[in-house]
Amino acid sequence: MSALLDIAALTIRFGGLVAVNRVDIKIEKGELVGLIGPNGAGKTTCFNMLTGVYEPTSGTICLEGKNINGLAPHQICSKGVARTFQNIRLFKSMTVLENLLVSLHRERGYSLAEALFGLGRFGKREQEMRTKAMEILRMLGLDHRAHLPASSLPYGEQRKVEIARALATSPKLLLLDEPAAGMNPSETAQLAKDIQKIRKDFDITVLLIEHDMSLVMKICERIYVLDYGQLIAQGKPEEIKRDPRVIEAYLGGGLGGEQHA
Amino acid sequence: MNYLDYLIPLLQLLCMNVILAASLNVINGYCGLFSIGHAGFFAIGAYAAAAGSKLLMPEFAAAQPALALIACVMIGAAAAGLAGLVVGIPCLRLTGDYLAIATVGFGEIIRIVLLNTEAVGASRGFPGIVLLTGKWFPLWVLLFTVGSLYFIHRLMRSSTGRAILSIREDEIAARSMGINVRFYKTFAFVVGAFFAGLSGGFFAHHSQFIHPSNFNFMISVMVLLMIVVGGMGSQMGAVLGAIIVTLLPEALRFSETLSSIRMLIFGLIMILVVLWQPQGLMGFYRKLFATRKAEHA
Ligand SMILES: Nc1ncnc2c1ncn2[C@@H]1O[C@H](COP(=O)(O)OP(=O)(O)OP(=O)(O)O)[C@@H](O)[C@H]1O
Ligand SMILES: [Mg+2]
Repeated sequence: MSALLDIAALTIRFGGLVAVNRVDIKIEKGELVGLIGPNGAGKTTCFNMLTGVYEPTSGTICLEGKNINGLAPHQICSKGVARTFQNIRLFKSMTVLENLLVSLHRERGYSLAEALFGLGRFGKREQEMRTKAMEILRMLGLDHRAHLPASSLPYGEQRKVEIARALATSPKLLLLDEPAAGMNPSETAQLAKDIQKIRKDFDITVLLIEHDMSLVMKICERIYVLDYGQLIAQGKPEEIKRDPRVIEAYLGGGLGGEQHA
Repeated sequence: MNYLDYLIPLLQLLCMNVILAASLNVINGYCGLFSIGHAGFFAIGAYAAAAGSKLLMPEFAAAQPALALIACVMIGAAAAGLAGLVVGIPCLRLTGDYLAIATVGFGEIIRIVLLNTEAVGASRGFPGIVLLTGKWFPLWVLLFTVGSLYFIHRLMRSSTGRAILSIREDEIAARSMGINVRFYKTFAFVVGAFFAGLSGGFFAHHSQFIHPSNFNFMISVMVLLMIVVGGMGSQMGAVLGAIIVTLLPEALRFSETLSSIRMLIFGLIMILVVLWQPQGLMGFYRKLFATRKAEHA
C-alpha cells in the first residue's frame, strides 16, 4: 500500500535561487501533518509544485503511487488535491455560495443544452449542488454568509471560505497555507477545532503550513521543518520543539507556544 | 409611413448592436479577457450569411425566405464561431494587452482578406443581398435578439457560466478548483464570436450591400464603448450601452458639425466613463441602490 502523498527529492530553481532543494515528504492517508519554517523557506513554493502551479525542476510527486508531475492544476484538483491560498484568492465579486459552486463544477452532471433550456437534470442537479455547498458552509459556521459577496466578509471568515471552497472539490488531500494568518486567538482556537472536525467528517488528509506554533504543535501529528529550501527536521511535535537545528533556524525565538512573527 | 421608414431600420440596427454588445460582454465582461477584434467576427458572419443566401441557396431563399434567413444567419454565426475557435486556441495563451493587440490584428486581417477576395466582390463590396422575409424581417431580428439575450443569460446562470466568471475573478484560484481555464476561455471566446456572427448575418440582409469598410476597427471600438458605457459584466449594461451608442449619432445627426466629430465625442465619453464611472451605468445604478439600502438600514 503506497502512501497518499510521496514527494521525493523535490527541487525547484528560480534563476540562481534554489527555493526548494531535494525535499522528501511522505504522508499516509488520514494524517494531519504540519509544514513549518521561517519566512521564505519555500513552504508555499512546495504547495505550488504540488498543485501544478509551478513545475518542479526535478524530483517526483506521487499521489497514491501515481506520478502527478507535469499535470495541469485542474487535473491535479480532479485527482483529489485541493488547497487554500496564503494571500486569499477568493472569487471576490461572487457570493460565498457561488465560490463553492465553482468547485462543484466538475460534478455538475448536466449538459450545456440542459442548462440553456433549463430542462432535464439541470434544475435538480443545481439544487443538489447548492445543498451540498450549504452543508459545507454550515459545518464551518458560514451558512449565514452564503449570499454575500465574498469580498464583503471579514478577513478571518474569508480564510474560512477558502477552506470551504477547497473542501467543495471533494479532496483526498487538503493543503492549507497559513489558515490562521490574521485571525485573533479565539478565531484560531475555533479554526483548530474546525480543522480536526473536517478531517474526521470528510475523511481527508491535511497538510498544514502555519506560523502559529501553538496551533501547529497542538493539532499536527507530525511536522516537517523547512529552512532555505532544505528539510532540516521532521518528527513529532515534542521532537521538533527540542530539535537544535529547528531552534537555530528560528533563532531561538518563536517556538514553545508563542506565535512566530 | 415616412417616419417608419426611418425608425424600423434604426431599430433593426439597434437590435444588431444589442447582440454585438451582449456577445462582446461574454468575452470581456464575464470572462475578463480583453478582445477588441469584434468587427472581424461581425464581418465573417455577414459575409458568410450573404454568401449563403446569394450564392449557396438562391432558389431556396426565393421559395422559403423565412427558413432561408434562419439558415443563413446560423451559417454566419457558425462561421464566426469557428473563426473564434481557430483564433482563440493560439491567441488565448496571451493575456491582457497582448491579447488585445492580437485581436486588433485579427480584425484587420479579416477586413484586408475580404478586401482582396474576388469571390465576395473584393473592394467592390458584396451587392444584391435579398432582404429575406421582406416586411417580416424586423420581427425576425427582434426574435433573434431576444433569443440571444435569453441564451446568454441562461448560460451565465449555469455552472459553465460560473466557471467563466471565476476565470475573470482569479485565474489561478479557478485552476486550482478544477476549472480547465484554457478550455473555458476558448469557450467564452467562441460564444462571443458566434453571436457576433449572428448579428453580422442580420446586418448583411438588413443592408443588402456589404463592404469591407463596414467592418473596420472603429466598429470594434464602438462595441467596446457600448459595454464600457453600460458596465462590463452586466447584460443589462450591454443593452443600455448599445442603445446609447446607437442612438447618440442619430441625435447628433441634426447638427452637421456635431455629427462630423461624433468619433471625437465617443472617445471623450469613453475617457470620462473610465475615469469617473469605470463600472459603467449599471455600476452607477448599483451604487445608487446600495446607498439607498444603507440609508434605509
Ligand atoms: N515565482 C517565483 N520567482 C522567483 N522566486 C520565487 C518565486 N516564488 C517564490 N520565490 C522565492 O522562493 C522562496 C520561497 O518562497 P515561499 O513563498 O515558498 O516561502 P514561504 O516559506 O511560503 O514563506 P512565507 O512564510 O513568507 O510565506 C522565496 O525566496 C521567494 O522569493
Ligand atoms: Mg508562504
